[in-house]
Amino acid sequence: MITLPWLYVLAGLMFAGFALLSLGDRSNGKRFGNAAFWGLMALSLLAGNQIGDFGNGLLVLALAGLAGFGLLGRGQPPTTSDDEREGWSIRLGNQLFLPALIIPATALMGTLLYNYTPLGQLGLFEAKRETYVLLGLGVLLALLVIFAWLRPPALAPLQEGRRLIDAMGWAAVLPQMLAALGVLFAAAGVGDIIGGVTRSVIPDGSLFLTVVVFGLGMALFTMIMGNAFAAFPVMAAAIGVPLLIGRYGGDPAVVGAVGMLAGFCGTLLTPMAANFNLVPAALLELKDQHGVIKAQVATALPLLALNILLIYLLAFR
Amino acid sequence: MSYWPLLGILGVVAGFALRLNPMLVVTAAALATGLLAGMDLHLVIATFGKAFNDNRIIAVVWIVLPVIGCLERFGLQQRAAAVIRGLRSATVGRLLLLYLLYRQLTAAIGLHSTAGHPQTVRPLVAPMALAAAEKQVGELDEVTTERVKAYAAATDNVGVFFGEDIFFAIGSIVLIQQTLLTYGYNLAPLQLALWAMPSAVLAFLVHGSRLLLLDRRLGRARA
Repeated sequence: MITLPWLYVLAGLMFAGFALLSLGDRSNGKRFGNAAFWGLMALSLLAGNQIGDFGNGLLVLALAGLAGFGLLGRGQPPTTSDDEREGWSIRLGNQLFLPALIIPATALMGTLLYNYTPLGQLGLFEAKRETYVLLGLGVLLALLVIFAWLRPPALAPLQEGRRLIDAMGWAAVLPQMLAALGVLFAAAGVGDIIGGVTRSVIPDGSLFLTVVVFGLGMALFTMIMGNAFAAFPVMAAAIGVPLLIGRYGGDPAVVGAVGMLAGFCGTLLTPMAANFNLVPAALLELKDQHGVIKAQVATALPLLALNILLIYLLAFR
Repeated sequence: MSYWPLLGILGVVAGFALRLNPMLVVTAAALATGLLAGMDLHLVIATFGKAFNDNRIIAVVWIVLPVIGCLERFGLQQRAAAVIRGLRSATVGRLLLLYLLYRQLTAAIGLHSTAGHPQTVRPLVAPMALAAAEKQVGELDEVTTERVKAYAAATDNVGVFFGEDIFFAIGSIVLIQQTLLTYGYNLAPLQLALWAMPSAVLAFLVHGSRLLLLDRRLGRARA
């Protein structure tokens, strides 16, 4: 049976490749920092279960230190020039979208086939994790097609992947850090405290107002944290799970999915979400640093109200 | 109940407000929160490490990068640009409406990282939107220029936020699933992705209407 650890190995080997290629990239003055950072990610994925909780903790501290003290640079992996790309784009035409569609198509159709045909009874993949396994298969399939069709250099996937991961830098690891922060908040009882505070403002027995506080709480807490990822575990612990799902019997899939999107409305409203709101303002040379946020207010507020209504109408059918 | 652990949140707010590196801010907040809750340092670090290890699946999503990178090597972005350029829309509103749709649809099938502010908005969408606006009102004053550019960036954000959760292998879906699993609710990613669809449609309607209203506002500016 193919299980998640197989995927960790695949991703771990990829990060190990990034680390090794970073080490040899003399165009990057901070190549040792990059090699260490991606090397630690490889270690986490390949041996996370062997190095113990405290070992993992030290690994995370090292990642944060490398990123936080500016030890990450940006490599210059060999790739094609803009002119060459324009040429390929004209030569290959819209067929170029086909390999890009292999990954989502494999994941989507594979998941549907696996769940709605007898195929699922063969027990090929870890239960409930078939989509991720299929994602991995899709990646390998797409690479196979790319090599058979376009014949790039053998190291191209790792070099091009490194180009993209270096462009993101530590931001690629931040979501996982925020998920871990959420767990720590929960362990320290932050969810209980916020839950206590928010629950104290909910009139007992009013489902509608409970949903409203949940949705507003997701948006507000997301604005404070700059990211719905950190807000979700807290609001789920405070209101989503004990009240909406537990007491009122709401559908966990609706509460989870739409609750997260209520948080996304908050992301549109906060300078804390710098990547989305402040960086583009700088990129587009806006005079007003908050111009993008201002353009988003009249979309975010009605959408927040609608998402709250969606939870109320869909989760408690 | 002690409110001390909330200081960690305050630290996050202050850290972001001071533009400190988010990786450091998050780590410091995690350590402070644990210590304030009465854990010893060893336990705090171990808890943080275990949580990071338990969420490794979030990092697995990056295995798509080598494929996307290889396709970029052969001009995927240029091809996408050519397709958008081929859509000869005359107005800012319609252009951005199409981009919103394109962004939502591509994000929904997991191609959310094929476009974005540096890759598409600055080199393509914003200049195209400005050109369309010039066709509508003639020479642009500063207020209009700022507004059109801001709308271009905003449209990218709305498109990707309310498209990506329809793709089931995205980080936020994984996070929802992992969080609910700790309470004993074992959901399949596809179930969660399904319920992201109504919000996606509403986002298209709300933001799309605003884009068409922008056209009317520009039309009025000329009159």
